[in-house]
Order: sequence, then structure tokens, then C-alpha cells
Amino acid sequence: MERRLRVDWIKCDGYGLCGDMAPDLIELDDWRYPILLPVPIEGGLVQDALRAVDCCPMKALVLEKKQPDRRTA
Amino acid sequence: MLAGPPLDGQPEPFAAHLARLGALPRFEDPGVLISALEASGLLGRGGAGFPVGRKWRAIADRRDGRAVVVANGAEGEKASLKDQVLMAHRPHLVVDGAVLAARAIGAHEIVFYVGSEHVAAVAAIGGAIHERRGEVRTPMRLVTAPISYVAGEASAAVHYINSADARPTMTPPRMSERGVAGRPTLVQNVESLASAALIARFGDQWYRSAGRCESKGTALVTLSGAVAEPGVREIELGTTLGDVVSDAGGVTSEIQAVVLGGYFGTWAALPDAWDLPLDPAVMRARGLAFGCGIVGLLPTSVCGVLATAEIMAYLADESAGQCGPCVFGLRAIADATLRIANGAARRGDLDDIGRWTAVVAGRGACRHPDGALQLLSSALDVFGDDFVGHARTGRCGITRSRVGTGAGVGVA
Repeated sequence: MERRLRVDWIKCDGYGLCGDMAPDLIELDDWRYPILLPVPIEGGLVQDALRAVDCCPMKALVLEKKQPDRRTA
Repeated sequence: MLAGPPLDGQPEPFAAHLARLGALPRFEDPGVLISALEASGLLGRGGAGFPVGRKWRAIADRRDGRAVVVANGAEGEKASLKDQVLMAHRPHLVVDGAVLAARAIGAHEIVFYVGSEHVAAVAAIGGAIHERRGEVRTPMRLVTAPISYVAGEASAAVHYINSADARPTMTPPRMSERGVAGRPTLVQNVESLASAALIARFGDQWYRSAGRCESKGTALVTLSGAVAEPGVREIELGTTLGDVVSDAGGVTSEIQAVVLGGYFGTWAALPDAWDLPLDPAVMRARGLAFGCGIVGLLPTSVCGVLATAEIMAYLADESAGQCGPCVFGLRAIADATLRIANGAARRGDLDDIGRWTAVVAGRGACRHPDGALQLLSSALDVFGDDFVGHARTGRCGITRSRVGTGAGVGVA
């Protein structure tokens, strides 16, 4: 099952812990807000992703099943 | 769309509207109208240009839930007047479109969401709702939107109608699934609704008979800047920029560039762009934006770097203040752009702008920073040498003077 990380940008406050926990998946910008890297989340990276999600103080990061991109608006 | 009595500030009364255009047709099968909209090729006129028929069908095909139609007339874009002019003069065409949408998607409520600063439009839509009570069974109400750039963003509109908070919200949930009062919601720009009301009456073939290039139909545009007769005009899509400007009495001074599509749009250099067809498909293929139909002409006497910096500063001010990349990133980019424009660039400002621009887009609840950065990227293409000149020497190549002496003339 393919998974992807998603940031709730309204909740995110730029603590940047996610980038420290999963540096192969998440870069941090100049203000410590996450930049999600286009890397498949598989193997050992799944654990990194879960740790990044767990450590977010704002609960702004989620790991979800990849949905086909279907926009209606 | 603007055919009929002169645009003299008076809304067309319902009786006159009916006498001119006839009664609103009824569709036993709502799918017929949606198919006609799809065949017409009508694109949303709020700025994003999403196909109208496809948007209606997505909600009409839902499994359950009473839907809501939001007629979006919150024209936050300062340089754009077309929605206000349309609502103020042809309110019943907008109501027609909203009623058709409500019937087509099975909506039980229509909300007209109109910018509170658009005083004439608020009065006209309010009056039209009153005139139509009795004839229209679906409950209709008017909600005036607060004055802000992002208030017209679709999720911000729904958020304001629900909670009096006109800031965008995160997707999912999609508004088409959970919007006003948690119901499936169609948020559609008022010009798109007016076009739908005409297509319902005269058919998709009629609509497609207009159009000089790839895209079909007509659209409203707002001309501003150095043009003899600024304001709103209806154009056949594909009409060249030069023809549109000529129809508006021509230019009032020599022009160096044009901002197309609005503050979320793109700059194009002149004279190259005079032959550009104002056609969403053609423009997209050339990396330009039709957006909400703004055409802002920048004279050679005004510095494009400064004009861009002023727009960026305005857009950074208008951030809803919710998402870090917009609050910090867009602000930093706007500040650096303004320093460059004012001849006070710090070492690295130009490089920082490039670096930040590459990572800010796509990282927010709405596309506010994305739109701003699209405009800036086009400015770096069109005024590239000027940006470098401003940053390195503090001198403006356009006005041939030291910058920062404040000749800021808003084009848009």
C-alpha cells in the first residue's frame, strides 16, 4: 500500500521536529516549516514517517493512504 | 452578458429582464443542462478556470445530502470590477444562473456571497432576491463578505457563511462533499452563473458561436492603467489584446508591459503581446493566465519592478495569516522585492527570492502564495534586467533615475 505524508498547514506551527525525525522525507525551510520530499515512503522510511507524525506537537502531520488525485473544485 | 440597457448604475428590473431574455427554461432532466454546459466549454470565471459543467456534475452525481449553491460575488481582487458591474446591472442573470444550478444539483438553498464593499452590487442582488421571492421556491439569502483579498476564495466563502470567519480552510473535506452547514456545496463565481443562464436559454451551440481562437464564448474583462476608457467590457474570447485596447479608445501613453489575469496573474512584455489572443487555452499554453480577466497596462514611465513590489507587498499583507510558508515565506519574498525596488537591496536578496519562490508554492491551505509567486516569476522574466539593475546599482533602467523616489503608480 502506497502512503504519503500530508501537512495541515493551518495547524502546523513550524516546530520542525518532523524534519529532525525523518530527514530523508522532510526538509525544513528557513522558518522550520516542512517541505515534503517526493520520495516513496517504504521500507525503513515508514518508521521514520510514523515517528515524525507522532512527534508533531500540533498534530499537523498525517500519514495516509495515497489517493488518486481527483479534483472537483 | 452585458447586452441590454446601458450600464448606468441601475439594476435591470425583473420585468425588463424577462421581456428581453424570456423566461428561465425548465429542464425536466437536469442532466440535459449539465451536458449543455459541458458541451459549451464554459470555464469558471473566478480565476481558476475549472470547467463549470464538470463541477456541477460532480455534485449532482453525489449519493445523498441536500446541497447548497453559493453564488460567489466577493471580488477581492482590487483591480477587478467585472463581478461588481455584472451584479449591479444584471442581477437577475446571476439569480437565474444560481437557480438553474440549484435545480441541476438538487440544492435546497442559495447563498449570494457578495463583497460588502460592492455597495451597488449588494443593493442590486438584495433587490433581485426580493423581486424573485414567490417565483423562486428555493430559499435565497444574501451574505455580505468582509473586505479582504482571500474572502472570495471558495473555502473562505464557505467558512464565512458557516462561522463568520473568512479564512480558507484545509482540504479535505472538499466543499463538494461537505460545505455550507456540512452539506455538499457548489461555489460558483457570479459571471460563470450568468453565462450558464444564457447557455440554458440559447444553447451550447449559440455559446460556441462566439470565440475567435481556441476557447469559445465570451467573457468579462476589466481594463485598467494607461488606457483611454478603463473599466469592464465583454469580449469574445480570443480577441487580441491590441483589439481590446483599441476598442477601449487605445492607450494614453507608451506601454511597456501588461499584467494579465490579476494579482495572481502574469506580466507580459509589450509590444510582443499586442497580438496575444485573450483566450484561456492559448494563454495557458504560453505560460500566461486569463484568470479573472484583468488587463492592466503599464506605461513606460512607471517602473515594473516597483509596480510588482507593490503588488507583492499588498498580497503579503492580505495573507489570511494561517500557514507558515505564506506568513513567513511570502512576507520575506515581498520584503526582499520591495528592498530591491527601492534600491535598498541586501546582498543575496535576489538569490533568496529565487530560493524561497521554489519552495513556498503548494504549501498552504489555499493557493494565495502560489498566485503571488506566479506573478513574481513572470516579473522576473519580463523585468529581469531591471531587477538585476535595481539590486546591483540601485538605479532604475525604466525611469533612469535613482530608485526609491516613489513614483509608484498602481497599474492594477
